[in-house]
Amino acid sequence: MEFNESFILGCSAIGAGLAVIAGIGPGVGQGIAAGHAAAAVGRNPGAKSEITSTMLLGQAVAETTGLYGLLVAILLLFVKPLLW
Amino acid sequence: MEHGIWLTAADSIDVMVHGLVKYHFFGHEVWLTTTHVSLLIVVALLICFSIAAGRAIRKGTEVPSGFQNVVELIVEKLDGMIDSTMGRNAKKYYNYIGTVFIFILVSNISGLMGLRPPTADYGVTLPLGILTFLLIHYNEFRYQKLPDIWKEKCSPLPPWLPIWLPINIISDVAVPVSLSLRLFANILSGTIMMALVYGLLGWFATIWPAALHVYFDLFSGAIQTYVFCMLTMTYISNAIGDGGEAAKEA
Repeated sequence: MEFNESFILGCSAIGAGLAVIAGIGPGVGQGIAAGHAAAAVGRNPGAKSEITSTMLLGQAVAETTGLYGLLVAILLLFVKPLLW
Repeated sequence: MEHGIWLTAADSIDVMVHGLVKYHFFGHEVWLTTTHVSLLIVVALLICFSIAAGRAIRKGTEVPSGFQNVVELIVEKLDGMIDSTMGRNAKKYYNYIGTVFIFILVSNISGLMGLRPPTADYGVTLPLGILTFLLIHYNEFRYQKLPDIWKEKCSPLPPWLPIWLPINIISDVAVPVSLSLRLFANILSGTIMMALVYGLLGWFATIWPAALHVYFDLFSGAIQTYVFCMLTMTYISNAIGDGGEAAKEA
Protein backbone atom coordinates (compact mmCIF):
# COMPACT_ATOMS: atom_id res chain seq x y z
CA MET A 1 0.00 0.00 0.00
CA GLU A 2 1.32 3.42 -0.97
CA PHE A 3 1.12 6.39 1.40
CA ASN A 4 1.75 9.95 0.36
CA GLU A 5 4.49 12.11 1.79
CA SER A 6 2.42 14.31 4.09
CA PHE A 7 0.89 11.27 5.77
CA ILE A 8 4.33 9.85 6.53
CA LEU A 9 5.58 13.23 7.79
CA GLY A 10 2.55 13.58 10.05
CA CYS A 11 3.08 10.11 11.46
CA SER A 12 6.77 10.96 11.99
CA ALA A 13 5.74 14.03 13.97
CA ILE A 14 3.40 11.94 16.14
CA GLY A 15 6.17 9.42 16.66
CA ALA A 16 8.59 12.17 17.65
CA GLY A 17 6.10 13.46 20.18
CA LEU A 18 5.68 9.97 21.61
CA ALA A 19 9.45 9.45 21.73
CA VAL A 20 10.11 12.41 24.01
CA ILE A 21 7.76 10.91 26.62
CA ALA A 22 11.01 9.17 27.57
CA GLY A 23 11.81 12.41 29.36
CA ILE A 24 9.53 11.46 32.25
CA GLY A 25 11.92 8.81 33.56
CA PRO A 26 15.05 10.98 33.85
CA GLY A 27 12.92 13.77 35.34
CA VAL A 28 11.76 11.53 38.18
CA GLY A 29 15.23 10.04 38.62
CA GLN A 30 17.02 13.37 38.72
CA GLY A 31 14.46 14.72 41.16
CA ILE A 32 15.04 11.77 43.49
CA ALA A 33 18.81 12.25 43.23
CA ALA A 34 18.53 15.97 43.96
CA GLY A 35 16.20 15.34 46.90
CA HIS A 36 18.56 12.84 48.48
CA ALA A 37 21.50 15.14 47.87
CA ALA A 38 19.64 17.94 49.64
CA ALA A 39 18.97 15.62 52.58
CA ALA A 40 22.64 14.61 52.62
CA VAL A 41 23.77 18.24 52.69
CA GLY A 42 21.34 18.82 55.56
CA ARG A 43 22.90 15.99 57.55
CA ASN A 44 26.50 16.84 56.68
CA PRO A 45 26.93 20.42 55.44
CA GLY A 46 30.72 20.05 55.43
CA ALA A 47 30.65 17.60 52.49
CA LYS A 48 28.59 19.89 50.29
CA SER A 49 31.00 20.12 47.34
CA GLU A 50 31.55 16.37 47.15
CA ILE A 51 27.83 15.67 47.41
CA THR A 52 27.11 18.18 44.66
CA SER A 53 29.64 16.69 42.25
CA THR A 54 28.44 13.14 42.93
CA MET A 55 24.85 14.23 42.41
CA LEU A 56 25.64 15.96 39.13
CA LEU A 57 27.53 12.93 37.84
CA GLY A 58 24.70 10.56 38.72
CA GLN A 59 22.10 12.87 37.25
CA ALA A 60 24.01 13.20 34.01
CA VAL A 61 24.20 9.42 33.69
CA ALA A 62 20.49 9.09 34.47
CA GLU A 63 19.77 11.69 31.82
CA THR A 64 21.11 9.43 29.07
CA THR A 65 17.92 7.43 28.56
CA GLY A 66 15.92 10.61 28.14
CA LEU A 67 18.46 11.84 25.63
CA TYR A 68 18.00 8.66 23.62
CA GLY A 69 14.32 9.50 23.35
CA LEU A 70 15.23 13.03 22.29
CA LEU A 71 17.62 11.66 19.66
CA VAL A 72 14.90 9.44 18.22
CA ALA A 73 12.61 12.46 18.02
CA ILE A 74 15.29 14.59 16.33
CA LEU A 75 16.05 11.83 13.84
CA LEU A 76 12.36 11.46 13.01
CA LEU A 77 11.91 15.21 12.51
CA PHE A 78 15.09 16.27 10.77
CA VAL A 79 16.57 13.22 9.08
CA LYS A 80 13.14 11.79 8.11
CA PRO A 81 14.25 8.15 7.83
CA LEU A 82 10.73 6.96 6.96
CA LEU A 83 10.82 8.89 3.69
CA TRP A 84 13.88 7.08 2.33
CA MET B 1 6.36 19.38 0.33
CA GLU B 2 9.92 20.22 1.26
CA HIS B 3 8.74 22.11 4.34
CA GLY B 4 6.10 19.64 5.39
CA ILE B 5 7.00 19.57 9.05
CA TRP B 6 8.39 23.08 9.40
CA LEU B 7 6.26 25.74 10.97
CA THR B 8 5.20 28.54 8.67
CA ALA B 9 7.75 31.09 9.90
CA ALA B 10 10.52 28.56 10.18
CA ASP B 11 12.69 29.38 7.19
CA SER B 12 15.23 31.02 9.45
CA ILE B 13 15.61 27.99 11.73
CA ASP B 14 18.95 26.42 10.99
CA VAL B 15 20.28 23.58 13.09
CA MET B 16 21.83 21.31 10.51
CA VAL B 17 25.44 20.85 9.44
CA HIS B 18 26.02 22.36 6.01
CA GLY B 19 28.51 21.22 3.41
CA LEU B 20 30.79 23.97 2.15
CA VAL B 21 33.35 22.42 -0.20
CA LYS B 22 33.01 19.14 -2.05
CA TYR B 23 36.00 17.12 -3.17
CA HIS B 24 36.77 13.57 -4.20
CA PHE B 25 38.85 11.37 -1.97
CA PHE B 26 39.67 7.89 -3.32
CA GLY B 27 36.43 7.85 -5.27
CA HIS B 28 34.28 8.98 -2.37
CA GLU B 29 32.45 12.26 -2.28
CA VAL B 30 33.65 14.11 0.80
CA TRP B 31 32.42 17.43 2.14
CA LEU B 32 34.11 20.06 4.20
CA THR B 33 31.32 21.16 6.51
CA THR B 34 30.58 23.96 8.95
CA THR B 35 31.75 21.60 11.70
CA HIS B 36 35.26 21.61 10.26
CA VAL B 37 35.27 25.39 10.18
CA SER B 38 34.17 25.81 13.79
CA LEU B 39 36.51 23.01 14.85
CA LEU B 40 39.42 24.81 13.20
CA ILE B 41 38.45 28.08 14.90
CA VAL B 42 38.31 26.36 18.28
CA VAL B 43 41.64 24.64 17.71
CA ALA B 44 43.28 27.87 16.54
CA LEU B 45 41.98 29.61 19.66
CA LEU B 46 43.38 26.85 21.89
CA ILE B 47 46.75 26.92 20.13
CA CYS B 48 47.02 30.69 20.59
CA PHE B 49 46.06 30.32 24.24
CA SER B 50 48.58 27.54 24.85
CA ILE B 51 51.41 29.48 23.16
CA ALA B 52 50.60 32.49 25.34
CA ALA B 53 50.35 30.27 28.41
CA GLY B 54 53.68 28.61 27.67
CA ARG B 55 55.34 31.98 27.28
CA ALA B 56 53.81 33.23 30.53
CA ILE B 57 55.03 30.17 32.42
CA ARG B 58 58.51 30.30 30.90
CA LYS B 59 58.88 33.91 31.94
CA GLY B 60 57.12 33.09 35.22
CA THR B 61 58.11 34.53 38.55
CA GLU B 62 58.07 32.96 41.99
CA VAL B 63 55.08 35.06 42.99
CA PRO B 64 52.70 34.70 40.04
CA SER B 65 51.07 37.75 38.55
CA GLY B 66 48.58 38.52 35.82
CA PHE B 67 48.16 35.89 33.14
CA GLN B 68 50.45 33.43 34.92
CA ASN B 69 47.92 33.36 37.76
CA VAL B 70 45.14 32.27 35.41
CA VAL B 71 47.21 29.52 33.81
CA GLU B 72 48.34 28.15 37.14
CA LEU B 73 44.78 28.20 38.45
CA ILE B 74 43.51 26.21 35.44
CA VAL B 75 46.26 23.60 35.72
CA GLU B 76 45.84 23.27 39.48
CA LYS B 77 42.07 22.80 39.27
CA LEU B 78 42.35 20.20 36.49
CA ASP B 79 45.10 18.30 38.30
CA GLY B 80 43.08 18.39 41.52
CA MET B 81 40.04 16.96 39.76
CA ILE B 82 42.08 14.15 38.20
CA ASP B 83 43.83 13.45 41.51
CA SER B 84 40.59 13.11 43.42
CA THR B 85 39.16 10.61 40.92
CA MET B 86 42.11 8.48 39.82
CA GLY B 87 44.18 8.49 43.00
CA ARG B 88 47.61 7.01 42.49
CA ASN B 89 47.12 6.48 38.73
CA ALA B 90 46.50 10.18 38.21
CA LYS B 91 49.99 11.25 37.20
CA LYS B 92 49.97 9.55 33.79
CA TYR B 93 46.63 11.05 32.81
CA TYR B 94 47.14 14.72 33.67
CA ASN B 95 47.96 15.46 30.04
CA TYR B 96 45.25 13.44 28.32
CA ILE B 97 42.33 14.31 30.59
CA GLY B 98 43.35 17.95 30.83
CA THR B 99 43.57 18.28 27.05
CA VAL B 100 40.24 16.56 26.48
CA PHE B 101 38.59 18.65 29.20
CA ILE B 102 39.75 21.97 27.77
CA PHE B 103 38.92 20.96 24.20
CA ILE B 104 35.38 19.78 24.99
CA LEU B 105 34.72 22.77 27.24
CA VAL B 106 35.77 25.32 24.63
CA SER B 107 33.89 23.39 21.92
CA ASN B 108 30.72 23.35 24.01
CA ILE B 109 30.77 27.02 24.88
CA SER B 110 31.73 28.08 21.36
CA GLY B 111 27.99 28.57 20.83
CA LEU B 112 28.51 31.83 22.70
CA MET B 113 30.84 32.99 19.94
CA GLY B 114 28.14 32.40 17.34
CA LEU B 115 29.64 29.16 16.04
CA ARG B 116 27.74 25.93 15.69
CA PRO B 117 29.41 23.91 18.47
CA PRO B 118 31.68 21.23 16.96
CA THR B 119 30.49 18.77 19.61
CA ALA B 120 26.97 19.01 18.16
CA ASP B 121 28.25 16.77 15.36
CA TYR B 122 28.43 13.04 16.02
CA GLY B 123 31.61 12.87 13.95
CA VAL B 124 33.42 14.82 16.66
CA THR B 125 32.09 13.07 19.76
CA LEU B 126 32.37 9.50 18.49
CA PRO B 127 36.20 9.68 18.12
CA LEU B 128 36.39 11.02 21.68
CA GLY B 129 34.35 8.04 22.85
CA ILE B 130 36.51 5.65 20.83
CA LEU B 131 39.67 7.13 22.38
CA THR B 132 38.21 6.40 25.81
CA PHE B 133 37.34 2.86 24.68
CA LEU B 134 40.89 2.24 23.44
CA LEU B 135 42.40 3.62 26.65
CA ILE B 136 40.15 1.42 28.79
CA HIS B 137 41.09 -1.78 27.00
CA TYR B 138 44.77 -0.89 26.60
CA ASN B 139 44.97 -0.46 30.36
CA GLU B 140 42.91 -3.59 30.99
CA PHE B 141 45.29 -5.78 28.97
CA ARG B 142 48.35 -4.01 30.33
CA TYR B 143 47.62 -4.24 34.04
CA GLN B 144 45.45 -7.33 34.43
CA LYS B 145 46.26 -10.94 33.76
CA LEU B 146 44.46 -12.71 30.92
CA PRO B 147 42.71 -15.32 33.14
CA ASP B 148 41.38 -12.49 35.32
CA ILE B 149 40.04 -10.65 32.29
CA TRP B 150 38.39 -13.85 31.03
CA LYS B 151 36.84 -14.45 34.45
CA GLU B 152 35.53 -10.90 34.52
CA LYS B 153 34.06 -11.17 31.03
CA CYS B 154 32.11 -14.29 32.06
CA SER B 155 31.39 -12.66 35.36
CA PRO B 156 28.05 -13.75 36.85
CA LEU B 157 28.68 -17.35 35.75
CA PRO B 158 31.81 -19.45 36.35
CA PRO B 159 34.72 -19.05 33.84
CA TRP B 160 34.18 -22.48 32.21
CA LEU B 161 30.65 -21.51 31.14
CA PRO B 162 30.98 -18.45 28.88
CA ILE B 163 27.27 -18.02 28.12
CA TRP B 164 27.31 -14.52 29.53
CA LEU B 165 30.33 -13.47 27.43
CA PRO B 166 28.42 -11.82 24.54
CA ILE B 167 26.35 -9.74 26.96
CA ASN B 168 29.48 -8.43 28.68
CA ILE B 169 31.11 -7.65 25.33
CA ILE B 170 28.01 -5.75 24.24
CA SER B 171 28.08 -3.75 27.45
CA ASP B 172 31.76 -2.95 26.79
CA VAL B 173 30.92 -1.70 23.31
CA ALA B 174 28.02 0.33 24.70
CA VAL B 175 30.40 2.44 26.79
CA PRO B 176 31.86 4.63 24.00
CA VAL B 177 28.49 4.81 22.24
CA SER B 178 26.67 6.07 25.32
CA LEU B 179 29.53 8.44 26.23
CA SER B 180 29.55 10.06 22.81
CA LEU B 181 25.77 10.07 22.39
CA ARG B 182 25.31 11.75 25.77
CA LEU B 183 27.65 14.61 24.88
CA PHE B 184 26.28 14.89 21.34
CA ALA B 185 22.61 14.90 22.31
CA ASN B 186 23.05 17.42 25.11
CA ILE B 187 24.88 19.94 22.96
CA LEU B 188 22.62 19.33 19.97
CA SER B 189 19.49 19.89 22.05
CA GLY B 190 20.94 23.17 23.33
CA THR B 191 21.75 24.23 19.77
CA ILE B 192 18.24 23.36 18.57
CA MET B 193 16.63 25.25 21.46
CA MET B 194 18.66 28.37 20.72
CA ALA B 195 17.93 28.10 17.00
CA LEU B 196 14.20 27.79 17.76
CA VAL B 197 14.26 30.84 20.03
CA TYR B 198 16.13 32.98 17.52
CA GLY B 199 14.34 31.62 14.47
CA LEU B 200 10.73 31.70 15.63
CA LEU B 201 10.61 34.80 17.83
CA GLY B 202 12.35 37.16 15.42
CA TRP B 203 12.79 40.70 16.73
CA PHE B 204 11.32 39.70 20.11
CA ALA B 205 14.43 37.64 20.92
CA THR B 206 16.77 40.52 21.57
CA ILE B 207 18.41 40.67 25.00
CA TRP B 208 16.80 38.06 27.21
CA PRO B 209 18.09 34.96 25.28
CA ALA B 210 21.39 35.72 27.06
CA ALA B 211 19.89 33.94 30.09
CA LEU B 212 19.15 30.90 27.91
CA HIS B 213 22.72 31.01 26.59
CA VAL B 214 23.97 30.85 30.17
CA TYR B 215 21.98 27.67 30.73
CA PHE B 216 22.27 25.85 27.39
CA ASP B 217 25.82 26.79 26.49
CA LEU B 218 27.68 27.53 29.71
CA PHE B 219 25.99 25.37 32.36
CA SER B 220 25.02 22.39 30.22
CA GLY B 221 28.32 22.46 28.35
CA ALA B 222 30.40 22.61 31.52
CA ILE B 223 28.40 19.81 33.18
CA GLN B 224 28.70 17.55 30.15
CA THR B 225 32.45 18.20 29.91
CA TYR B 226 32.83 17.33 33.58
CA VAL B 227 30.74 14.19 33.18
CA PHE B 228 32.64 13.01 30.11
CA CYS B 229 36.03 13.42 31.80
CA MET B 230 34.78 11.98 35.10
CA LEU B 231 33.39 8.84 33.42
CA THR B 232 36.55 8.42 31.32
CA MET B 233 38.67 8.59 34.46
CA THR B 234 36.42 6.19 36.38
CA TYR B 235 36.45 3.61 33.58
CA ILE B 236 40.22 3.86 33.19
CA SER B 237 40.87 3.44 36.92
CA ASN B 238 38.52 0.46 36.99
CA ALA B 239 40.42 -1.08 34.08
CA ILE B 240 43.75 -0.56 35.82
CA GLY B 241 42.31 -2.09 38.99
CA ASP B 242 44.69 -3.09 41.75
CA GLY B 243 47.41 -4.07 39.31
CA GLY B 244 48.67 -0.55 38.75
CA GLU B 245 51.12 -0.15 41.58
CA ALA B 246 52.45 -3.72 41.55
CA ALA B 247 53.11 -3.67 37.81
CA LYS B 248 55.01 -0.42 38.12
CA GLU B 249 57.36 -1.81 40.76
CA ALA B 250 57.99 -5.09 38.97
